[in-house]
Order: sequence, then C-alpha cells, then structure tokens
Amino acid sequence: MSEQLKVPTMAEMMAEGKQPEILFWVGSAGSYDDRAKKITKAFVKILNKANVNFAVLGTEESNTGDVAKRAGNEFLFQMQAVMNIEVLNAYEIKRIVTCDPHSFNCIKNEYPGLGGNYDVIHHTQYIQELMSAGRLTVEGNTYKGKRITFHDPCYLGRGNGVYDAPRDVLKKTNATLIEMKRHKGTALCCGAGGAQMFKDAEPGNKEINVLRTEDAIETQPEIIATGCPYCNTMMTDGVKFKEKEGDIKVMDIAELIANA
Amino acid sequence: MEYLPNIIFAVILILGIGYFVRNIKKIIRNIKLGQEVDASDNKSQRWKNVAYIALGQSKMVKRPVSGFLHAIVYVGFIIINIEVLEIIIDGLFGTHRIGQQVLPEWLYGFLIGSFEILSVLVLVSVIVFWLRRNVIKIKRFLSSEMKGWPKSDGNIILYFEVVLMCLFLVMNATDTVFQTAGSGNVISQFIAPWFDGLSVGTLYIVEKTAWWLHIVGILIFLNYLYFSKHLHILLAFPNVYLGRVEPKGKFNNLDAVTAEVKLMMDPDADPYAAPAETSEDDVPAKFGASDVMDLNQIQLLNAYTCTECGRCTSECPANLTGKKLSPRKIMMDTRDRLEEVGKNIEANKGKFVDDGKQLLGDYITNEELWACTTCNACVEACPVSINPLSIIMDMRRYLVMEQSAAPMELNNMMTNIENNGAPWPYNQMDRLNWKDE
Repeated sequence: MSEQLKVPTMAEMMAEGKQPEILFWVGSAGSYDDRAKKITKAFVKILNKANVNFAVLGTEESNTGDVAKRAGNEFLFQMQAVMNIEVLNAYEIKRIVTCDPHSFNCIKNEYPGLGGNYDVIHHTQYIQELMSAGRLTVEGNTYKGKRITFHDPCYLGRGNGVYDAPRDVLKKTNATLIEMKRHKGTALCCGAGGAQMFKDAEPGNKEINVLRTEDAIETQPEIIATGCPYCNTMMTDGVKFKEKEGDIKVMDIAELIANA
Repeated sequence: MEYLPNIIFAVILILGIGYFVRNIKKIIRNIKLGQEVDASDNKSQRWKNVAYIALGQSKMVKRPVSGFLHAIVYVGFIIINIEVLEIIIDGLFGTHRIGQQVLPEWLYGFLIGSFEILSVLVLVSVIVFWLRRNVIKIKRFLSSEMKGWPKSDGNIILYFEVVLMCLFLVMNATDTVFQTAGSGNVISQFIAPWFDGLSVGTLYIVEKTAWWLHIVGILIFLNYLYFSKHLHILLAFPNVYLGRVEPKGKFNNLDAVTAEVKLMMDPDADPYAAPAETSEDDVPAKFGASDVMDLNQIQLLNAYTCTECGRCTSECPANLTGKKLSPRKIMMDTRDRLEEVGKNIEANKGKFVDDGKQLLGDYITNEELWACTTCNACVEACPVSINPLSIIMDMRRYLVMEQSAAPMELNNMMTNIENNGAPWPYNQMDRLNWKDE
C-alpha cells in the first residue's frame, strides 16, 4: 500500500483529550502474521477512506486469551481478559471493531462476565454499517461479475449468527456470489479453530482445510472470500495444496472492499 | 371369576408403569450426580425453543427425508396413543370400546379413522427407516461406535413399532362390532377380508389376543426406553428447554478460576495469608471434568437424551477427515459411564465406591478431545439441543489445568501468550509495527 495509513493509538488520543468513535482491536494475528497484517492494513485503508475517527491500542493491546480458553487453559484466558479489560475500561472504550471473529466472539461474549462490557462488532458488520450510512461506497468495478464464494467463519456464523453482513457487503461489489454446498449454519470449519491453528492435526485421512477448499473449488470460484485471518491462512494453504493458486485467490472481505 | 381379566389388566398396568417409574427415578438420581447448573434465565426463549425445536421439529426437517419420515412417526406416536386411553378404560372396567359408546359416532369414527391412517403411514416410515439403517447403508449409521448393541437397539425399536402398528390394525379388523358399525374402519375394512371364513368365536379370540398383545407391547416398549437410546421421546422436551439460549460461541467462564485470578491480580493480597475459614464440606475446586460427576446436570441429561442419530458426527470436521473424534460417541460414552457409576452406587448401598475408572481415559481418549476445532457444527446439527462441545471443553480444561497434559505445541503457544501477549514469540513492543511496514 503506497499511501500513508493513519493509525492513531489510544494513548495519543488520550493525550489530545479526544475519544474515538470506535476502537479497532487488531488482534495477535492481525498484528504479527504476515498474511493477516495485509488484512489489517486493508481495513485501516477503509477506515481512513470513510474518515472514521478510530484508534488502536497498539503496544497496550494483548492477546485476548481466546485461543488459550479453547485449548482448555481458563487461567491464562482470564488473566489475559482481566488485563485487557483494565486497559479498555481505563480508556472508557464503548465500541470495538475487529477483523478476527475469535476476538470478536471472545470480547463480545466472554469479557462481560469479567467486567468488560462493550458493543463489539465484526469488521464486515462495520463495513456494512459504513455503507448504509453512506460513508463508504464501492465505486470501481474490479469485481463485477467475478465468481466469489464466501467461507463462513465458525465464530462469526454459527457462533454468533452473523451470516448476512459479509454477504451483503460482497454483493455491493457486483460480484456473482455463489454458495458452497455447506454454508451458513452447516458451513464446514476451516480446521484452525479450537487452538488447532497452533498444533498438528490428530491422525486422520485428510486435512480439514483441504476438505473445505474442495467445497470451495466445487463452486468454481475466482475468489474465495474470508472474514477471519485464520480461515484465510487455512484456505490459502488448501488452495496451494490443490495447486490452484494460479486460478483462485483467497481474500478477506476487507481486502476486496479496499481494492474495489 | 368374572373380574379376572380386569384384575389381570390392572396388575399388568401397575407392574408396567411401576417398573418404568423405578427406572426413571434411577435416571433422575444419576443426573443429580452432576454439578448443579442455573437455567432460570431466558424463560420465554426456552419455551419458544420447546415449541419450535421439540414440538415443531424445526431442526429435524433440516434433512428433509429423515425429517419428514420422523415427523410422521412422531405425530403418529402422539395421536395413536390417545387410543391407549380407551384401552386402559376398557381393560380396567371391562367395557368394550367405551369411546364408541360415549362419543358421537362421527367423532369416534374420525378418531379411529385417523389412527388407522397414521398407523399405516408409520408402518411405511418405519420400513424406510429400517432400509436406511440396514440396506441403504447411510454412513452415519455405520460408524465404529454404532457396532453391536447400538445397532441392534436401533432395529429393535423399529420392530417394536411394526408389531404395535400391526396389532392395532388387526385388533380393529377382527372386531366384528366395530366393522359392522362401519365408522372409522378406513384401513381395517380392507384387512378384515383376510380373516373371512373364521368363525365369530375365532375372530373374537384373534381380536382379544391382538388387544392384549397391543397393550402389553406398549408397556414393554415403555420399559424398554430406559435401556435404549429411545429415551429421547420423553427427554427431548426438558432437554430442549434446558438447551443453551446464548450465542453458541460463548463458552462459560469458570468461577473458581475467576476467584483465583482476582486474588492474583489484587495488589493488596497477601500471598502468605492463611486460606480463609472454610466449612468441612468444602472440597478444593477441581478445574474441568475427568468423570461424569464433574459434568453438570444438563450435560448428563444430554447424554440420556441422545438418540444416536449421528447428525452431529456427520457434520463434525474432525470426523469427516478421519479423526477419531465423534461427538455422538462423546455422548454415548458419557451415558455409559454414568450408568456404570449408577450401578456402582446401587451395588454399594447408595454410595459410589471408586472403581479405578473414569470418563477420561477409560471411555474418551485425549486424542479425541484434542481433535475438536470447537466449531459448533455438532451443536448446530443436534435436533434436540445437545451440546457435545461443552463436554469436550470441560475435559480439555481438566487435561490442561489439572494434568498439564496439553500437546507440546499448545504449551509453547500458551507460554508465548504468558510471556509476550501473543501466541507467537514476538515482542509485545512490536505489536504496532505493521503500520509502517
């Protein structure tokens, strides 16, 4: 990305006595993973374009503890949660947006019980909101008529019932949206959830991400759209495994909209 | 002597219901071995779930073929059982078709007519179910946990239903009074000619035999439930009511951990302080679950409710890719272990004596638990709101927090989070570097 991104931190905002309309929770993947960082930047590009007054926690952000919780380490999860809640509450954060459905689910559903109450939304919901408020429009025709299939992230779809926002946003690009056989409530997991991202799979006859990529390939897509950094990695690997990287791109919805 | 049949009937009825109640009490006792859990929230949503998911079968029909067939058997079961009321009155008071005498002719004819039509529909559905299980070989009925008893159980239930429906139709077809009245015999009038040529006396014996076998069959079936996966016909309703009403992605926060974390984070806490006064009943909190007593009562009810349809397993990404994990097996194992614990309690005069076994290891292996992606596909698929994922999670918690038995890679990941607030070994101070890259 050539143009300079404006990424104010909460600390800077605080120093200037300002409060952002929304906090962008970047998440660990979005901060450190090379592929996910591109999604983060694409989303910031959208925020900048729509003139959203947002901020990030920057170095004050820490892992949500979500993955530790799913791995069974409730101690570590609650330690992380309590630390993050302390920071968020100190900044009087009301609204949070994130590109990671795992952070989204964790902060939205599991932080309130530990004293962290925020209005948390997924970035596809926020993009939809910006569009319907007229703050963001898709002008270009980059994706007009392109065949796109959307892979539902478990913690966005089944986990929280958000199925329409990502699809509505995709439709705005005038792309042809094709559903996989398993979608929405019956969508197959990419294989990364429940801490699987960080370990080898148990013995079996196939990798889950390969099976899911096969679901996607059946729709003969030009682009597999994702809404989760982990899904993105898994589907990208699946496409490579199937030697289809020449024909099929795996892109986050934020990237699709930022490039449209 | 004239009241002998009435007395025999009353005795059979009391024995049948009595034995059933005895076993239901065992189930309640076993479920109460679990941890108490509060489900007093969201009452209106819970009743809505009962209406849509349990009564309305909304999740069953997600798979149209089995959903439609199941709806017929379900409606048939409920409606035809109205007939049992008449049978009981007739049996106890020696009347014959009391309904025919007290109800308007059109109403009685309408009722029995619908029972007859439904019983034929049920017969057809049950035959298709049998073919699906035994001839068409649908994958979810062939998993390894479905070998042996679970397979026979599934078939026995179908045989029961075939026999009961046939007896009901034969009973009507050979009832000369009912056939002569000619109201409501929509199906049985076509069966009646099969018995042409039999004397009135023989017909009477056939009719009475079918009548007795029908009611005895129903009582045997009722008592079979406890030994079978078929308990769902009763437990589905409380189970759906108690099923989760919060977003599926939300996992519970362990209160025992919260207490310890608060203490750890409290700068004023004295690390050397003596533990607060505790009563003698206080057992140190155990984190997670290694046996059925550590699970909560809803999870145990889930296990009794499971009818082993396998929709969960057929949607499980781990199972679909050949891993050992099968959410259905998690539920079956939980029930088997709970039954084992219950029998142990009976054999030891009401107290559980350690048998050196537990759910973790002896029934469910670490390999199964670690294969789960927590994707909630099993929870979404269950037509009666069972949550296998919550059991998997509670057992993972035990593995990690009580046994430190996480896979090595996960331990590394967790160490990274502890040390630098990210699952990878990157410096916390580099969290915003992406901005300038």
